[in-house]
Amino acid sequence: MADTKSTKTNSPGVRRREFLATGAAALGVGITGFPAVLRAQAAPVKIGLIHPVSGFIAFSGSQCRAGAEMAIADINAAGGIKSMGGAMIEAMLADSQGKPDIGAAEVTKMTEAGVHGIVAGYSSAISLATSQEAAKTNTPHVVDVGVSDSIVTRGLANTFRFSPGYGKVAEMAVSNLDTINKTAGSPAKTAMIVHEESLFGTGTAELLSKQLPGIGIEVVDVIKHANPTRDFTNIALQIKSKQPDLIIPANYYNEYVLLARTLRQQKIEAMGIYSVLGGAASNLQFVNEFPEAAELIMDCNHWYDPKSDLALARRKAAEAKGLIYTYEIFLAYNAVAFLADAIERAGSTEPDAINAAMASSTWDQHGMPYGPTKIVNGQNESAQPVNTQVQKGAIEVIYPAEFASAETVFPMKM
Amino acid sequence: MPDSAIIIPSVLNGLTTGGLYALVALGLTLIYGVLHIINFAHGALLMLGLYAVYFLNVQFGIDPYVALLIVPPAMFALGYALQRGIIGRASHGRDENILLVTLGLSIIIENLSLFFFRSDTRTVDTPYSFDVIEIFGAFLPYPKVVAFIGALVTAALLWLLMSRTDLGRAIRALAKERKGAQLVGINADHVFAMSFGLGIACLGVAACLLLPSYYVNPQVGGGFVLIAFTIVVLGGMGSFVGALIGGLIIGVVEALGGLFLGESLGQIGIFLIFILVLIFRPTGLFGAKA
Repeated sequence: MADTKSTKTNSPGVRRREFLATGAAALGVGITGFPAVLRAQAAPVKIGLIHPVSGFIAFSGSQCRAGAEMAIADINAAGGIKSMGGAMIEAMLADSQGKPDIGAAEVTKMTEAGVHGIVAGYSSAISLATSQEAAKTNTPHVVDVGVSDSIVTRGLANTFRFSPGYGKVAEMAVSNLDTINKTAGSPAKTAMIVHEESLFGTGTAELLSKQLPGIGIEVVDVIKHANPTRDFTNIALQIKSKQPDLIIPANYYNEYVLLARTLRQQKIEAMGIYSVLGGAASNLQFVNEFPEAAELIMDCNHWYDPKSDLALARRKAAEAKGLIYTYEIFLAYNAVAFLADAIERAGSTEPDAINAAMASSTWDQHGMPYGPTKIVNGQNESAQPVNTQVQKGAIEVIYPAEFASAETVFPMKM
Repeated sequence: MPDSAIIIPSVLNGLTTGGLYALVALGLTLIYGVLHIINFAHGALLMLGLYAVYFLNVQFGIDPYVALLIVPPAMFALGYALQRGIIGRASHGRDENILLVTLGLSIIIENLSLFFFRSDTRTVDTPYSFDVIEIFGAFLPYPKVVAFIGALVTAALLWLLMSRTDLGRAIRALAKERKGAQLVGINADHVFAMSFGLGIACLGVAACLLLPSYYVNPQVGGGFVLIAFTIVVLGGMGSFVGALIGGLIIGVVEALGGLFLGESLGQIGIFLIFILVLIFRPTGLFGAKA
């Protein structure tokens, strides 16, 4: 954004406002005797933020909203969209309540209210619905967290995703697990997958079930559970009876807390707990509340580059606001910043221009372990998850090596 | 088919979970049995109780079980005030108004909680959070065993209160014949408010016993309220024994349903029971005696 030259629109309306403003300034000088510089305020750029801030995934939705609002505040504080005369970004907020149909209805309301771009919608199901609705008016739409691969394989020209989908995540989760296991002498031979029942958990579990046998790990069982599940003892008992070497959860935070707690109560000791897209090793709240239960748990999930000063500064800023720095915050932040960068380069709020700018994006001010954005069919192909592990109460990146802040400890128990 | 060795632990766990469900249902059945109020704010009030226990623990270091001395009385006062100040006044004696008032209350409470407490899921870490008691080879979490015993004690105390005290007699008299009770000098508004307060105090007990093994967020009540309604229908509306037995049955059905049908489908059993009871025994298992 910073390298783009500033331009100013010269529509008749603006000239009229400038005239009035100049007149007012002259009047102000005349009255107060102080010099004043007043300019026409460029029309704001409206970005819609649709997240589930109520309902069963309200925590994640609120975190997304907080991250997106932080990005907007930072961009505005830095001078707004400079190529559009310093236009400020104005957030339009909506609550999808965790329901795809409500998310889609909010898109309709926003497009009628003149939104220029949308960032949504945390869950895969909601993101599918909001992006499809936005496609009807070609409104630029960036998915912040939704991981379903079908989000970007429907050929929608308006739909982009900055972060990786579950295809890429599952591929890297399996590949990194293979490396971790082989480095330790291949002690892990079996795994059990415990996943939530929506698109994210089911899709991830299906991919892992197909790919794990390829690295010599037999999937002995796959257990699906509802949201919410109030008690995980049955699942823990089933894990206990099958004694897998690895337990692979793919679920939301509430259920993860209960599962992790129950595994400990039932005295289940596996070689590793290796979460995919969710888990203790990518959640500071869990690590803070249950440091002993979290120790040595591994995740393959979204995480920032621990060696990036930009990422560390953003984390500090978020924590200064009292926020827990979860992946929802930095992914939503970057989704907004990615869209804003495209608007900056487009110098316009025309949907085609913004979509074209996103499609050709090489943005790198994200603090993620990605490299510059490389968009193919709406997906940022540079995006990748990393492996993290809780070590001595801190979340450390253990893979890929170039971003690692600690060595892997595996197996956690023999 | 699940391993046969895990069926007994699963049933025992279902019983302890059922104890927790019964605790939530006891207040609901008291409120329905006396006031004929279907309290849609029950889940939201449970959530408030859980937050009270959470903040007492985090801010003042008060153990959730010690909070039993504070939270249930506070919840009683809240329930009394709600019935006397809002529900009783706004309903004008019409059942449909009561439904809407309690529904409105639940929406207000949940949204205020979302505003003040944010949507974070919060838990307390007590010295006994991970402790277990081994029975017949099953590791039963200590907090759930305590909750199970708590449900039995609470049901017994409620039964004693209803059968052996003047307040209990007044409550039963009002439930059976409102005008007759008023004619013999019973202050209906006060007794109604006492009943609602007692029902909400039960939620306070449930909150103290639930939080060591669960979590709290503004939506947490929703997961329990539907189960509690099912238990009340199964046990018989207004029956404490019914709520207790119904809770235990639902807990075991949920556990075995999860084991045999899969965790995602397992909860079907609960609602199948709900439908079957409504068809074949609409008064519930203990409804006739209530």
